[in-house]
Amino acid sequence: MKKWLAILLLVPTFAFAAGAEYPNDHADIDLTDQASLQRGAQTFMNYCLGCHQMQYQRYQRTFRDIGVPDELGDKYLRFTGEKVSDYMTSTMPEDDSATWFGAAPPDLTLVARVRGADWIYTYLRTFYVDESRPFGVNNLAFPNAGMPHVLQDLQGTPRLATEMKMIDGDMKELSVGLRTDGDGKLTTEEYDETILDLVNFLEYTGEPSRLQSESIGKGVLIFILIFFVFVYLLKKDYWKDVKK
Amino acid sequence: MNGFMSWIEQRIPVMRVANMHAIQYPAPKNMNFWYIFGFLATIVLVNQIITGIWLTMSYEPSAERAFASVEYIMREVNYGWLIRYMHSTGASAFFIVVYLHMFRGMMYGSYQKPRELLWVFGMLIYLALMAEAFMGYVLPWGQMSYWGAQVIVSLFSAIPVIGPDLVEWIQGDYVISGATLNRFFALHVIALPLVIVILVFLHIIALHEVGSNNPDGVNIKHKKGSLAEEDKTVYKIHEHYTDKYDIIDDVVPFFPHIVLKDLVAFSVFLFGFCYIMFFMPEMGGYFLEHPNFEVANPYKTPAHIFPVWYFTPYYAILKAVPDKLFGVLTMFGAIAVLFALPWIDRGKVRSWRYRCGLHKVNLLAFTAVFIFLGYLGGTPQENWKIIASQIATIMYFAFFVLLWIYSGKEKTKPVPERITL
Repeated sequence: MKKWLAILLLVPTFAFAAGAEYPNDHADIDLTDQASLQRGAQTFMNYCLGCHQMQYQRYQRTFRDIGVPDELGDKYLRFTGEKVSDYMTSTMPEDDSATWFGAAPPDLTLVARVRGADWIYTYLRTFYVDESRPFGVNNLAFPNAGMPHVLQDLQGTPRLATEMKMIDGDMKELSVGLRTDGDGKLTTEEYDETILDLVNFLEYTGEPSRLQSESIGKGVLIFILIFFVFVYLLKKDYWKDVKK
Repeated sequence: MNGFMSWIEQRIPVMRVANMHAIQYPAPKNMNFWYIFGFLATIVLVNQIITGIWLTMSYEPSAERAFASVEYIMREVNYGWLIRYMHSTGASAFFIVVYLHMFRGMMYGSYQKPRELLWVFGMLIYLALMAEAFMGYVLPWGQMSYWGAQVIVSLFSAIPVIGPDLVEWIQGDYVISGATLNRFFALHVIALPLVIVILVFLHIIALHEVGSNNPDGVNIKHKKGSLAEEDKTVYKIHEHYTDKYDIIDDVVPFFPHIVLKDLVAFSVFLFGFCYIMFFMPEMGGYFLEHPNFEVANPYKTPAHIFPVWYFTPYYAILKAVPDKLFGVLTMFGAIAVLFALPWIDRGKVRSWRYRCGLHKVNLLAFTAVFIFLGYLGGTPQENWKIIASQIATIMYFAFFVLLWIYSGKEKTKPVPERITL
């Protein structure tokens, strides 16, 4: 029976290896980097908020958390005519957007908690030209995504790059990733950096309390350690008279 | 002050009950690591009730507002995120301590005579807790809340004749909807907590009537007059126990000895609890599932629907059986058979320390199978898993069959007379 158990426990590792999902790149984000969060917020307001909203997150809270004074926020981050105390909603009517895109663009407040930072980082960097799709682009991480490549003027026109290779005596066309036409405002490194900042910002909005949680958490854990030492010594003292 | 205390005491027995059930309660001195989980479960229960009260102050039980109100708590209520994480981490912690508590009972035979009812009350708590956790998980109204509820409630449709009507009656609608959410809220915050608190009370009363078991399964209460004076305990034990029995010198009073021991264990537990709560409240998607951060959408089925980790063993059993009705029966049977454990085990020796080798293997195999079923029920369906979960389901029930067979005339080791540390 032990053998059986061993087999049953080993099998899953093989089964998992067969998954066909596109591998995620690691997003090396840092919630304490306020400059990165500010750049991410700016990208979000300029490129995402037109269609996607953040209906659970307020401007003012965001400005305070990422270190932007209200006046600067009003000038560079808040364009929709809402009050600074309002939620970051999109002006696009949901019914219309559902008609235009097939489904209303999802709210992005919590997208980093649903998809994970790595996935978003990969997704926004793997659009490629595909004329068969309604918006002329497709995506490696999210095949047949119903979203246009909004950041194309930054990245440039991305195309699937292929190479001919000899495999088992046949010449085969193999995908070797993406290449842009070089017509974007940013270099590849700058584009990756921009996306990283954006993902950092999305990670922040997913859980605005994360940094506060960790700083309180450290204090609590230290307190519990000290408490443990005292209780342990007290217990030892009371138990030393108990006969073995 | 003394006058005031005795004035109170003559009218309501505060100190008498405190002495009887907490301060001067006799506990075997060899209660080890495995004996902390009852205490921890009580602590977690208190945590769930208190944080739950504060959550209801800002939560709105409607299909339109439930998800948004949870995010409101997470973002705009002062320390709302802390209260919410205490509650969500507490839910999983509850099941961790309860599962370990049950395993302890099985290791040391704490369900055997005279503790059968104690075990049955414990199982009733477990059952009520499952209902409580299920309905609580629906309240945030995320994708998994919705579709999990869909799967579980539809189980009742397998019941012949009345099934479909019963489902409609439970849902209060033709589908899972705001009406369902509202009634689950009522049950989650009032009905089931009351049931659980009452059952916990009965569990403790039953425990104190028969006394705590211990890792050796040795009896600490002896017939009145059967012990020599030097063999009786040196500690002050309440007359409630000493009037009826001679208490052997192998016990310590609950206070301060056991309380201090529990506090040591509690601080270790709290460290782990707080580490998860402050630094990784999602616990990699096990305590808070990733799809549940997306609002419920009746038109969009998630790629995979899983219950939370503590239900996955039973979910695997359900999926192992091809026929829906028979699958539901098997799943409920897997829980029901645990109720009968005190009568399935015919053994006279409690602790596995002194039982036959087969018993140890059987219990460890059962534990491994239970964990394996949890893995099967919590990961995407694949072909090999169907046969694996069928084998595991058979092994789950085989534990009880085997136990009944070998416990009839079991070769046991001699149980010591006295407890040693």
